[in-house]
Amino acid sequence: MDAYLLAVATVVLIYVLLAIGLNLQYGETGLINFGHVAFFALGAYTSALLALRGWPLPLSFLAAAAVAALAAVPLGLAALRLSEDYLAIVTLGFSETVRLLIQQEEWLTRGVQGLPGIPGLYTGLSGSARAWAIFLTLLALTAAAALAVSLLQRSPFGRMLRAIRDNEAAVLALGKDPAGFKIRVFMVGAALAGLAGAFYAHFITFITPEQFIPLVTFYVWMSIILGGIGSLRGALVGTALLVFFLEGSRFLRDLLPGIAEVQMANVRLALIGLALVLFVLYRPQGMFGKRLP
Amino acid sequence: MMLQVQQVSVDFDAFRAVNDVSLSVAAGELLGIAGTNGAGKSTLFAAVAGQQATCAGRILFHGSDVTRQPVFARARLGLARTFQTPREFARLTVLENLLAAAPNRRHESLLASWLGRPGWQRHEQELTAQADEILAFVRLTSVRDQLAGGLSGGQKKLLELARVLMLKPSLIMLDEPFAGVNPVLIGAIVEVLRDLHGRGIALVVVEHHLQALKSLVQRLVVMDQGRVLADGDPHQVLADRRVQAAYMGGVV
Repeated sequence: MDAYLLAVATVVLIYVLLAIGLNLQYGETGLINFGHVAFFALGAYTSALLALRGWPLPLSFLAAAAVAALAAVPLGLAALRLSEDYLAIVTLGFSETVRLLIQQEEWLTRGVQGLPGIPGLYTGLSGSARAWAIFLTLLALTAAAALAVSLLQRSPFGRMLRAIRDNEAAVLALGKDPAGFKIRVFMVGAALAGLAGAFYAHFITFITPEQFIPLVTFYVWMSIILGGIGSLRGALVGTALLVFFLEGSRFLRDLLPGIAEVQMANVRLALIGLALVLFVLYRPQGMFGKRLP
Repeated sequence: MMLQVQQVSVDFDAFRAVNDVSLSVAAGELLGIAGTNGAGKSTLFAAVAGQQATCAGRILFHGSDVTRQPVFARARLGLARTFQTPREFARLTVLENLLAAAPNRRHESLLASWLGRPGWQRHEQELTAQADEILAFVRLTSVRDQLAGGLSGGQKKLLELARVLMLKPSLIMLDEPFAGVNPVLIGAIVEVLRDLHGRGIALVVVEHHLQALKSLVQRLVVMDQGRVLADGDPHQVLADRRVQAAYMGGVV
């Protein structure tokens, strides 16, 4: 049970890293990114492939963040020309393109067969010591990311992001070009997702393209909506809540007799859907979000 | 001449919204532009601000050609504008609205938010002092720390004005500053505009209420069907028979 809880907590933190990045992009800057999973996938595959070629993990992690950040540049450039809804479609298309590319380029990624035998983390340790080492490392990484983003939010750079979110035309009229700000925000969010992907790859040690479907992006969206858009605490609590629903509903099976294993997955999603609807109805600002004036 | 509009035309497909308009604004001048709906004044305004592409003519500001310059580049040169429908940063406080407006390239960088903390914090204090002075000037000190989205329509117009003052502009163009403002605040806005004029800032006020303009401006331009109909002393312009015809004898 202990090992199970630690594993769940580790997954929560991986999603928190993703949520911190998305929160910066949407909550602070108003950029609708429906393709977050692409950067998660790029990070996972970059670090896995490099580690399989003998790179030390710290370097492959850095490379994962860098590759994800660079891949965000074209998307950032697209964001300059598109209004919110069109950007949503383009980012969604981008993430599917990345997934299909990974699937098709078998010479590099082994396609749908996936990449097995990715070097694990702390292989020198074993049992619960290893699980704790992994968890605490990720905790430190997530805390560092949260600190970096909160410093950013409280700086003049962060204030400009909120100004862009509130009224872009006014920002232009005040002599400032939102372009540079948007591209940087895309890059920072993507780098965090890339880092999360690298951690995920070395935690799971086996990755396939279908682990990176758009549903992952929408899980992250759900968690920031539940937690409260624009709030760091919300990213943490919202993610915990989401994973609680996803994992916790496993145990519902004892309470709901007559439902087969396959149907359980649907019950789970229905529960999350219900929670989202209730939140939107009764607490649209999420757990920790601010109400709009 | 500070601003020179030279034979500017703007087309919307086959419709010529602004037709061969030339006018100039001297440093420190207070100019009104009036006209009925569809006269082309808003389109001219957008063309000068840089939001609307022109199809002919040139726009010079302080002698440099800005005809093809984007909006933000013109604002950096000191050509500021306000919006008819206020575009406040709703979820920022009034003070933050002003701070976000200040030219601040150095401290608004991504790296500065992590590495340049002492630097930007010191600079923020200077900016805050500057912003407080402007807020007092436009009479918004009492709402300094409220979210801008909660202000009244008239207060939002004053906030827009306060925000562009952070740019230290040499020319401010105001798009219908009195539209949708209650009579008490209209008086406040008029006073602020007079004070700004007194400080030597050139103002171009686009308004379709002739009465509000008449008492404020030194020079009045009336537009009709995309052209300049009359340009000169407000009383003479308003006495012009063509101007009266354009307004159907209603307002004047």
